[in-house]
Amino acid sequence: MLEYKNDKWKALLALAPTLLLMAVFTFYPIINTVMLAFMRGYTFGVWYDTPAADGWIQHFGETINGTYIGIGIGNFITVFKDDTFKSALLNTSIMVIVSVPLSVIIALLISVALNSIKRFQALLQTIYFLPYVTNTIALGLVFSVLFSARSGLINSALMAIGLDPVPWTSPIMGQNPTYLTCLFVLTIYTIWNGLAFKILVFLSGMQSIDKQYYQAAQVDATPRRRVFSKITVPLLSPMIAYITITSFIGAFKAYSSVIAIFNGRFGPLTDPNLLITLVGYTYQKLENRSVQGELSKASASALILFGIIMLITLVQLQVSKKRVHY
Amino acid sequence: MHETELFMSETELKKYRVKKTLFTILVYAFLIAVALFILIPFYWMVATALRSTNELAETRISFFPKEWLWENFMGAIVYAADRGSNFLRIYLNTILVGLLTTIGTLFTTVFASFAFARLNFKFKNGLFSLLLATMMIPGEIFIISNYTTVIQFGMINTYWALVLPFATSVFYIFFLRQTFMQIPNELYLAAKVDGTGDFKYLFRVMIPMAKSTITTITILSMMGAWNAFIWPNLVAKKPTMYLVSNGLLTIFKATDDTSTIINFQMAAATLVTVPLIIVFIILRKYIMRGVSRSGIKG
Repeated sequence: MLEYKNDKWKALLALAPTLLLMAVFTFYPIINTVMLAFMRGYTFGVWYDTPAADGWIQHFGETINGTYIGIGIGNFITVFKDDTFKSALLNTSIMVIVSVPLSVIIALLISVALNSIKRFQALLQTIYFLPYVTNTIALGLVFSVLFSARSGLINSALMAIGLDPVPWTSPIMGQNPTYLTCLFVLTIYTIWNGLAFKILVFLSGMQSIDKQYYQAAQVDATPRRRVFSKITVPLLSPMIAYITITSFIGAFKAYSSVIAIFNGRFGPLTDPNLLITLVGYTYQKLENRSVQGELSKASASALILFGIIMLITLVQLQVSKKRVHY
Repeated sequence: MHETELFMSETELKKYRVKKTLFTILVYAFLIAVALFILIPFYWMVATALRSTNELAETRISFFPKEWLWENFMGAIVYAADRGSNFLRIYLNTILVGLLTTIGTLFTTVFASFAFARLNFKFKNGLFSLLLATMMIPGEIFIISNYTTVIQFGMINTYWALVLPFATSVFYIFFLRQTFMQIPNELYLAAKVDGTGDFKYLFRVMIPMAKSTITTITILSMMGAWNAFIWPNLVAKKPTMYLVSNGLLTIFKATDDTSTIINFQMAAATLVTVPLIIVFIILRKYIMRGVSRSGIKG
């Protein structure tokens, strides 16, 4: 009888705070961003800056609702023709293709090694977890110092063994940083930053695998490599699939790590947009909001990012259906 | 003795043991190398913070600082003050925003997940699926329109802008609902027989029983505020409103390659990093368990 009771009013009361906030900050933005992406010549408002009492400038829009001239898919075409967007798409894809497989494989190796030892396991796991609790911006700045041309650890070490310093992210000895050196630094930082979570998930997955499988393998004197490929990987495949999907999504949304490594830019001083990402492009356009049409370009590129993420998730779910052993 | 070793001859056994020891040494060497890879950036951050500007101007630098200039930390604080920012204020802003966000999130998600786990109403499953579906959408889509909303509300450079968009979370509703649903139905029926109201049951039974999930949400939400960058960087432009991440980058970014404030920059990075590491060391168990249970990617 109790199961059929109707708590309509109680439910409404309990859900009201959440639904109210979500109406403003979740549902409205979805509709609004999609609409913005299809508006031609959208102007958010005429801006005037008013100095506040403390001397800091407050921004107010003269018009509450923006104006536009028409509707269409023009913004998507403009964005796809934009060279900065093209390079953002290319850069992001390269970062994803390089960093995701590398970091997943490295995390898997570390987890297997960590799972095979008894002493210092907790200590090492704690150390490996540290990047998770550190600030992406703070440690990004540290990586830019580690790789800085002068007074950096890496170049000092290279010189100590008699090699020439490398212009990683800033010029040295007349040489400018290249795409490859910048990508290298970014990849190292991305791996460093992402290991903690992957190791945690893999390790807890491994610890829940039934010990009997390993004992059976031991009785048959199965070599380690076979144990890894025939027991650990198949039984860990749900975690591997999960980590791969989240890593792909995370890598496609790369932004803060790039900004931190290049001190607020997307590349070295010589080429400040060298490693611009899709999200970076979106925020560049968003910061430019007062220029006609820029907000629509930001929306269009965010929707393209959404499309890419959906596509990748669907493909991976299809692949997992065949490969993952539950 | 190892089980496999029972079936081996003396020489086989010796070879097996040597191989096994060698392998163990290799595994440890690998793990220690990884630990160094993780730790060296932290060391370099502190080491660079302590060096003098003259030392940092040298092309090749020693692994250990020549002198330990602890006053660089004070220097960083003064450097920020010269640019209209107060380090203490930035800390307090971040803690305040973290606390308000956490309180808001707990308030909204506890009630919402209670409704989804315990109450009966029309469209319950439909509404829940609708909320879950929003989790697939990348944050950028929300941020674009939330930014314009916050401007229209005149909330730029206010705590409202920093707190309100994050005062609820579909993920935590999902997480908490799972915990609530594990509470046996019999308890609820017994409480009903005793004439306990639904909300009283929530506060007396459900919340105490979900304590560990609520702790997890509190920790993750506070950590989230400490590490948030994108949103504060958009809406907290005023030096007195900075949170740690955007304050650090805005105040201390090196504008060119010959920047002379690298030691201050690293001192500031240390000041931002250390509090969270201390919290992590104290709450290690809860944080690691919480992250692995909730599966939130950092």
